[in-house]
Amino acid sequence: MGLGAKPGGKQQRAREDASDLVKWARNNRRAITSTLFLIVMLIGFTLANPDVFTQFKTYRSVMIVLPVSMFLVVPLVFVVTAGEIDLSFPSVVGLASYAFATIVDQGGDPLIGIIAALLVGAALGYLNAILVVRIGLSALVATLGMNFFLRGLINIIVEGFSIAIPEIRGTFIHSLMTDDPIKIVDHLGIPNQMLWALAFTALGVFLYNRHSFGVRVHCVGDNPESAAEMGIDVNRTRTLVFVFTGIGAALAGIFSVMINFVWWPTTGDGLLLPVLAGIFVGGTPAWGGVGTVFGGTIGTSIVAFIETGVIAAGLTGFFTQFFYGLIIILSLIFQRFNGGRMR
Amino acid sequence: MQEKQKTDTSDYIIELRDVTKSFGNVNAVDGISFGVRPGEVVGLIGDNGAGKSTLIKILSGVHPPDSGQIIVRGDEVRHWNAARSRDAGIETVYQDRALAPQQTITRNIFMGREIKNRFGVIKVRTQYEEANRLMRDIGFTSKVFDPDSPVATLSGGERQGVAIARALYFDADLIVLDEPTTALSLVETAKVFGFVQNVRDRGRSIIFIGHNIYHVYDIADRFVVLDRGKVVMTADKAEIESAEVLMKHMQDIAEMAYAEAAEI
Ligand SMILES: Nc1ncnc2c1ncn2[C@@H]1O[C@H](COP(=O)(O)OP(=O)(O)OP(=O)(O)O)[C@@H](O)[C@H]1O
Ligand SMILES: [Mg+2]
Repeated sequence: MGLGAKPGGKQQRAREDASDLVKWARNNRRAITSTLFLIVMLIGFTLANPDVFTQFKTYRSVMIVLPVSMFLVVPLVFVVTAGEIDLSFPSVVGLASYAFATIVDQGGDPLIGIIAALLVGAALGYLNAILVVRIGLSALVATLGMNFFLRGLINIIVEGFSIAIPEIRGTFIHSLMTDDPIKIVDHLGIPNQMLWALAFTALGVFLYNRHSFGVRVHCVGDNPESAAEMGIDVNRTRTLVFVFTGIGAALAGIFSVMINFVWWPTTGDGLLLPVLAGIFVGGTPAWGGVGTVFGGTIGTSIVAFIETGVIAAGLTGFFTQFFYGLIIILSLIFQRFNGGRMR
Repeated sequence: MQEKQKTDTSDYIIELRDVTKSFGNVNAVDGISFGVRPGEVVGLIGDNGAGKSTLIKILSGVHPPDSGQIIVRGDEVRHWNAARSRDAGIETVYQDRALAPQQTITRNIFMGREIKNRFGVIKVRTQYEEANRLMRDIGFTSKVFDPDSPVATLSGGERQGVAIARALYFDADLIVLDEPTTALSLVETAKVFGFVQNVRDRGRSIIFIGHNIYHVYDIADRFVVLDRGKVVMTADKAEIESAEVLMKHMQDIAEMAYAEAAEI
């Protein structure tokens, strides 16, 4: 045999290592597919416009807002893996960050604002769980209804007014969450929110694969009857994924307001489609039982770079949606090669 | 004296008293009292739809009964559920196998009872090694799959093997087998009987549900026959000379049911 012609023992070991690698690749094929897709897409963009895509500031501009989506996509992968869906997150982002902005605006401690937002997010997630898990409504319809209902509630409360909180600048919490002490070039660095979002993703990956919560989410989404027969509290597991999403949405909302210094009555609205697309583009299939948190993060990154790439390639903004659709469909076709649902 | 009185109830590992369960207007279990003693093999038999699976799902905590009592080792339990029944040393191989096909063999073996630390972090290595050992114990020598293979890649018999291995792993006091040999080859069926023998030799109890009367006759110490949600016959093996006699009883019961149905 060509390159590997070595004494017996070593060859054996080499083959075992290779099969470990093959196994790893097989187990992570969905995340690998989306990662390769992101790389190929970025290479394509770089070829189309080397000036823009060889500059760090292009990536930095994406990293400023991408974290908001990352806080959402991580728990949403859990939701989809559990065989559910949550379409209410844009309004939960809005309502939770409203609590945060209001408290800061009234001169309250930002930390209190953060705690309040997290409580609002968790409570709204729990409300979703009551509708879907307890009452048994379809998750798709119930959470879509909640999305309208909560946005309506926001509009009724604020009657179109925004809340600006420039006073947050310079506070300890704000620097901790959104400064960029790690400089890469000139004065440009990796924004702190990106580091927080990466830490959150790492926590998500760990929970998803190594913690009994994540493992039970897999089993419940795969076969709820079996999970119940083996003593898993299916309703509790489903409830927890909705609460987790509520908390993720609150974090997304807090960061969004911190980054923009403004809370708008529409805060969160624009996230619905890009974040949803990120889940599936990242490699989590819609049928439940399997998925990838890391892939979800890659999926949102793919979506986040599309707009930058389209503009940088010299196309007008009119093309953005067209390429959104094109790239999403292409990446889903690639994910299709990872196989359909196994039964 | 007190001792003596107590033995009647606490003699059973688990006992159901006058339990009922209906689905819509189907009385799947219609007032059944039933118990299992340590070390005995109970053969639970009856026609399709007689209520066997429903009965054992009440016992294993999957279905809450509509009425009746559940008594575990002499104490009545409330809020009985599947996790509690497993904690109480009851493992069940369900008729549907209760597997999550997209998950690995390891995950399926430890589904609902993961090996984890007190923060809920799973000991992945330990689970993998235990699953590996268990698979070898039950004679899975295939090179094609390992503990990390998804259950969906296994054949029907192999899946059954995983379900049975899981029940054996936790060293339960009572193992419930709901039609464990359906869809198995002769060799595999013999293997299942080997497991049953093994479990009995270790002084554990078994409830064995089967459609093959000869199998059930061979394996069980006591027979409980269900018909339309009711116990219509219980007999110790000593009272029944052969499988043919048991078969005859079953036929009589079926004919009686048929005659009753004709009357209505
Ligand atoms: N989850 C359910 N929902 C509705 N009806 C059910 C359910 N489970 C069982 N039944 C009904 O209850 C009755 C008893 O069913 P059960 O599964 O206990 O029978 P069985 O004796 O196990 O039959 P088999 O030998 O075919 O497995 C049947 O009429 C069945 O249709
Ligand atoms: Mg049955």
